[in-house]
Amino acid sequence: MSKHTLSVLVENSPGVLARVSGLFSRRGYNIDSLAVGPTENPLISRMTIVINVEGHPLEQVIRQLDKLVNVIHIAEVIDNKSVQAELLMVKISATPKNRFDVEAVVETYEAKIIDEDATSITIEATGDTAKIADLLSALERFGIRELVQSGLIALERGSVTLSERTLSSSGIPIANGVQADYQN
Amino acid sequence: MMSKAMNGATSLVKSLESAGVDVMFGIPGGAILPAYDPIFDSSIRHILVRHEQGAGHAATGYAQVTGRVGVCIATSGPGATNLVTPLADAAMDSVPMVAITGQVPSAAIGTDAFQEADIRGITMPFTKHNYLITNPDDIPRAIAEAFHIASSGRPGPVLVDIAKDALQKETTFEWPTSINLPGYHPQLTPDSGAIADAAALITQSSKPVFYVGGGVIKANASRELLQLAELLGAPVVTTLMARGAFPDSHTLHLGMPGMHGTVAAVTALQKADLLITLGARFDDRVTGKLSTFATNAKVIHADIDPAEIGKNRYADVSIVGDVKETITALIPALKKALEKNRPDLTPWLRQMYSLRSSYPLGYDAPADGSVSPQYVIERLGKIAGPDAIYVAGVGQHQMWAAQFVSYEKPRTWLNSGGLGTMGYSVPAAMGAKVGAPDTTVWAIDGDGCFQMTNQELVTCALNNIPIKVAIINNESLGMVRQWQTLFYEGRYSNTNLESKRVPNFPMLAEAMGCVGLSCERPEDVDKTIEKAMSINDQPVVVDFRVFRDAMVWPMVAAGTSNDDIMVARELAPDWDSQEL
Repeated sequence: MSKHTLSVLVENSPGVLARVSGLFSRRGYNIDSLAVGPTENPLISRMTIVINVEGHPLEQVIRQLDKLVNVIHIAEVIDNKSVQAELLMVKISATPKNRFDVEAVVETYEAKIIDEDATSITIEATGDTAKIADLLSALERFGIRELVQSGLIALERGSVTLSERTLSSSGIPIANGVQADYQN
Repeated sequence: MMSKAMNGATSLVKSLESAGVDVMFGIPGGAILPAYDPIFDSSIRHILVRHEQGAGHAATGYAQVTGRVGVCIATSGPGATNLVTPLADAAMDSVPMVAITGQVPSAAIGTDAFQEADIRGITMPFTKHNYLITNPDDIPRAIAEAFHIASSGRPGPVLVDIAKDALQKETTFEWPTSINLPGYHPQLTPDSGAIADAAALITQSSKPVFYVGGGVIKANASRELLQLAELLGAPVVTTLMARGAFPDSHTLHLGMPGMHGTVAAVTALQKADLLITLGARFDDRVTGKLSTFATNAKVIHADIDPAEIGKNRYADVSIVGDVKETITALIPALKKALEKNRPDLTPWLRQMYSLRSSYPLGYDAPADGSVSPQYVIERLGKIAGPDAIYVAGVGQHQMWAAQFVSYEKPRTWLNSGGLGTMGYSVPAAMGAKVGAPDTTVWAIDGDGCFQMTNQELVTCALNNIPIKVAIINNESLGMVRQWQTLFYEGRYSNTNLESKRVPNFPMLAEAMGCVGLSCERPEDVDKTIEKAMSINDQPVVVDFRVFRDAMVWPMVAAGTSNDDIMVARELAPDWDSQEL
């Protein structure tokens, strides 16, 4: 499996998510996860995309993505030079008998119980992909009734920021500016 | 700067004027109607077409001939969706185009309103960029950006969809003095290190070939290419999109590569040890089966679009930049490198010239005495000459027009290369003639293609756009029929158009305000062409009724290796007699 994580800075404009997801779909690139949200700059959104580039060189994916006019910058996230996290919420079957066992697992993985009733417990956890996968397999024996998971988000370690590195040369003011929005 | 109060529609027209638009092709309708009021008073010539697809291809024809941005305009819903094919066509062939569409009022967007279509969503995959404008204040900037994006870097189509209320509301007009697109910075100047690497690699090659694509025409780099080719003295092949980028009459020119390329051009790519690729993109119709393409060649790939480099074929040296700047930088670098080490290309050239003389393009006169389609096209090219503009549809006639007309100059050959759009010819020829009114423009069309878009001849007749149309009438979807002959045991499923019975093309032409001519004997071909050439105040349509079973050769069957090129049915070149 050749998985890569990309941090993508995009203009905060309507349609940009459709442009990115449409590109991946029409060129046959596989997205494992995609997380998008605002950044410290209201003109810019940040996407974290985990892709499986089996059969497509990563460079080609990046270059195609870079052709989108609303895409400002793309950087590959290197595992050992970054911090990464996903958010998981999972609802498991719980009985008075196994509640202690569940709590032990929750503690081991630094997770949280965020809701419970007579027959179920809902757990929230954050962590990198491996930790979340391990937690899920540890919870499997209790019976997973429902789960929801966010895409991966990631930041470079150290004081360097992607926005500072790219925006100073891109012409977008880093401080708040006029809303760059043609559509609405 | 003074800004004046006006409505969005007037702001749109002032923006188009400010962008330097002199002509646009379109049809009004409900949502775009506010824009047509100021268009009535504008200096911009608006040509009222008969179908929006015609407007789109006309904008392309205009752009391909002039190098300027072609403009088309349509209303919402069906008007906009009728532009989809020309937009996709322009994207595939890198044509600078701006399409303006009306949209339903912003409050109605998303309600399945009358004549509503999400044209921004529909066209995302094949526009370079697109806009949906709901605030009239955004119009000048969107138009300025659209023209900038369409015409810079790798050219392409941009669509600007404008809600009707944005056209009606009051706004102020201020033409932006600068463009600020933080995510759009096409690289024009090539990296000097890459240029040096390319020059070094060229001097190590004993079998180089210039693989020239449409980018050379887009970048107006023909003169530079000629210098570079003559400096190295290496053979040149020009792809379907690059016909005319290098003179056909030049000794170094081996013709067109690809599925219907010459044996010499196809073999030059196959046997080369170095491909000097300039503004070309290793399309499947050129490479054949990719894993068997030019297996011994190193690749220098120069393109303005970094995503093309390495997409289909690994590049040993990649040069991102405007191909004119690239060639201009490469010439002195190569000159210097060649002074130190000039490889002897004589044996390579001798081999290629021998292939060229052994396997020239040709055709047999039909045994039944009917007119050969290749003969018609060849004579047309001779009589109209290299100054005329030739605009083909898609199919056999297109390939013959690429093969049997001699192109000496860039922007004299127009066709739908990437998308393969049947119906391109008549409207694109109309746009070409508007862009080059003093030049003879011949549409070389098939009887199938012609029946898709011929309504634009009405537009031509009424607007003094005297194009000439040669219908190569083999009463068939000829290329499909050829594949049925070769790969489906001659089972001609749904390719018989019966166009020698219905319609009567000359009468159809006359009905549309054109002169209609007909020709069905070889001895009448020249005088019919000459008659058509003598009519310059009206469009002319000639129905050339040609031999039905003519086929396009050479041919590399789809998905097979270029090594398996056939010069005629079941006839491969005699490789043993060639020293390769």
